[in-house]
Amino acid sequence: MARYQQMFERLKQQQQIAFIPFVMLGDPNLETSFEIIKTLIESGADALELGIPFSDPVADGPTIQEASIRALANSVTPAQCFSLLEKIREFSKDIPIGLLVYSNLVYRNGIENFYQRCQAAQVDSVLIADVPLRETELFDRHAKRADIAPVHILPPNPSEQTLMQVAKRSCGYTYILGRAGVTGTETSAQMPAQQTLQSLRDYQAAPQVMGFGISQPTQVQQAKAAGFEGVISGSAVVKIIAENLADKPEMLARLADFIQRMKAATT
Amino acid sequence: MSSQYHFAAEEQRTAEQASGYFGDFGGMFVPEILIPALEQLEQAFYDALDDASFMAEFNQLLKNYAGRPTPLYECRNLTGENEGRIFLKREDLLHGGAHKTNQVLGQVLLAKRMGKSRIIAETGAGQHGVATALACALMDLPCVIYMGKVDCERQQPNVYRMELMGATVVPVDNGSGTLKDAINEALRDWAASYQDTHYLLGTAAGAHPFPTIVREFHKMIGEEAKAQMLEQTGRLPDYAIACVGGGSNAIGLFADFIADESVRLVGVEPAGKGIDTPHHGATLTQGSLGILHGAHTKIMQDENGQIEESYSVSAGLDYPGVGPQHVYLQSIKRAEYVSVTDSEALAAFYQLSRSEGIIPALESSHALAYAIKLAKEVNSETLILVNLSGRGDKDLAYVRNLTNTEEAR
Repeated sequence: MARYQQMFERLKQQQQIAFIPFVMLGDPNLETSFEIIKTLIESGADALELGIPFSDPVADGPTIQEASIRALANSVTPAQCFSLLEKIREFSKDIPIGLLVYSNLVYRNGIENFYQRCQAAQVDSVLIADVPLRETELFDRHAKRADIAPVHILPPNPSEQTLMQVAKRSCGYTYILGRAGVTGTETSAQMPAQQTLQSLRDYQAAPQVMGFGISQPTQVQQAKAAGFEGVISGSAVVKIIAENLADKPEMLARLADFIQRMKAATT
Repeated sequence: MSSQYHFAAEEQRTAEQASGYFGDFGGMFVPEILIPALEQLEQAFYDALDDASFMAEFNQLLKNYAGRPTPLYECRNLTGENEGRIFLKREDLLHGGAHKTNQVLGQVLLAKRMGKSRIIAETGAGQHGVATALACALMDLPCVIYMGKVDCERQQPNVYRMELMGATVVPVDNGSGTLKDAINEALRDWAASYQDTHYLLGTAAGAHPFPTIVREFHKMIGEEAKAQMLEQTGRLPDYAIACVGGGSNAIGLFADFIADESVRLVGVEPAGKGIDTPHHGATLTQGSLGILHGAHTKIMQDENGQIEESYSVSAGLDYPGVGPQHVYLQSIKRAEYVSVTDSEALAAFYQLSRSEGIIPALESSHALAYAIKLAKEVNSETLILVNLSGRGDKDLAYVRNLTNTEEAR
């Protein structure tokens, strides 16, 4: 959790916001996945948001669904994802690493066990896409015991109660949905009302990061101007992987270019 | 199997939130963005139950449009003289050809009440899709049905029925192309459209309040059957038997008998090609606890938590999850769950057709197969109530094809 704090403090001093790419662990296979993630880090990613492939990803649009399908077709397992996470941590001691997963993967072999594995791999945060606030107590408790920050999502047009709960419970950072729907670049994010961000600050929420529908440097600038401390971009990154499966050097070069352009927009 | 996690007992939970659980099973495991839609639905549902005009309209539609009450018929020839007596609750005679129409009428009225202007639904065999399409035609609501591509191919007549009644059928190509993928796709649609769209879930599974809504809007099956049994035999049945895929017709039959402890409740799952093979859909007897489609329930999964594909000769039972109340009834031993193979179900399909002139759905044939087996083990004092949840017209082409290839019959 301290890694997030250090990152946000550093970026604040530099008058930047965080650029956080998302990719699926093991997409398209374990070896290439490690090279992809190294490229993201070397190209300027401030933090990483990483998925564990799941058979039934209900919060994801076609692009990220296909990333899961590719990894599962190569028999990528959660255990292999944790080994990969350890390699990533070895490669970069300081970069904050967040996991974005589905509840059944956390539940299957024991909730405590899942968070202990996260702790062993030096993961910083876990966001469970299909565990809303009203079901989260048990998960949050085990997360905190393992020193993992539970991240929560604030949907568009939240009730005061939801806003307060997200502010109270989300650690490491607060994930603000740019729009309704599932992940994907098909529909662009919209800036939430200033009042929402102000209320989060009033409740002393963890730094506010925007995700869903972010694929352009101009959106990064808008998010910064609106007062966000970071942006997450998933489908736009995964799309580059999907479009260049046959040519790895090209894939890595395009990823590097995209990350650099998005990161440049944060300054 | 009991749960090591006591979700329902979490100390920060309000009484309303705890009501989304059956023991430790159920809950609302969906992305945060869908919570307001589910809470709105929950509120509208409880308000509607207390609203005499809502219930009057629902009951009027059930009677004059759908054809309730359905008959209870004691089989004349199916069982021998010294065997148990089998009574069929004839949901196959309901408009639409299956019990599905009951709860769909209830949910479209709820959608209207909430001011929703569009309906989405998933379907496996197409029965729920057909029921949704007919109800949306009746209520003049646009309707989109998600259906696995594989299912679209094996249930062509139902696709045409839905389209005839004005529904748009969207084939779902990702994943296994069956019911679970259709549910995923409907949930994805709903995450973007919840403000004006009602997701009309078709079974007793999924996130709260769906398992409760589906039970309440199907429980007339058991209420009618109880009154009809008393009228025809002067007493309660010894067994109440229904097939279980997601579990909607079974919970509809069981609900009113839960308090009558002398009545043994039996749910029959599809054993497919055999429970010792990977090709079955026996979630309650062979599955393990997990979280799928919004509920903490039993599911079919591998050791890593990836959802496995189920299999059954009957598309309507082909689902790797099950309604959480069934898991609860099993855990407290109030209901028992057994399984029947494809070939046993097919044998029952032929037997009922020949002996009584009633062609059952392959789904209902599972319940029937178990009842026929049971009838031989008991005597004529034993009363066995079976929910004949649907008629077999939709299965004719499939069974005919099977028979032609086997040529054994």
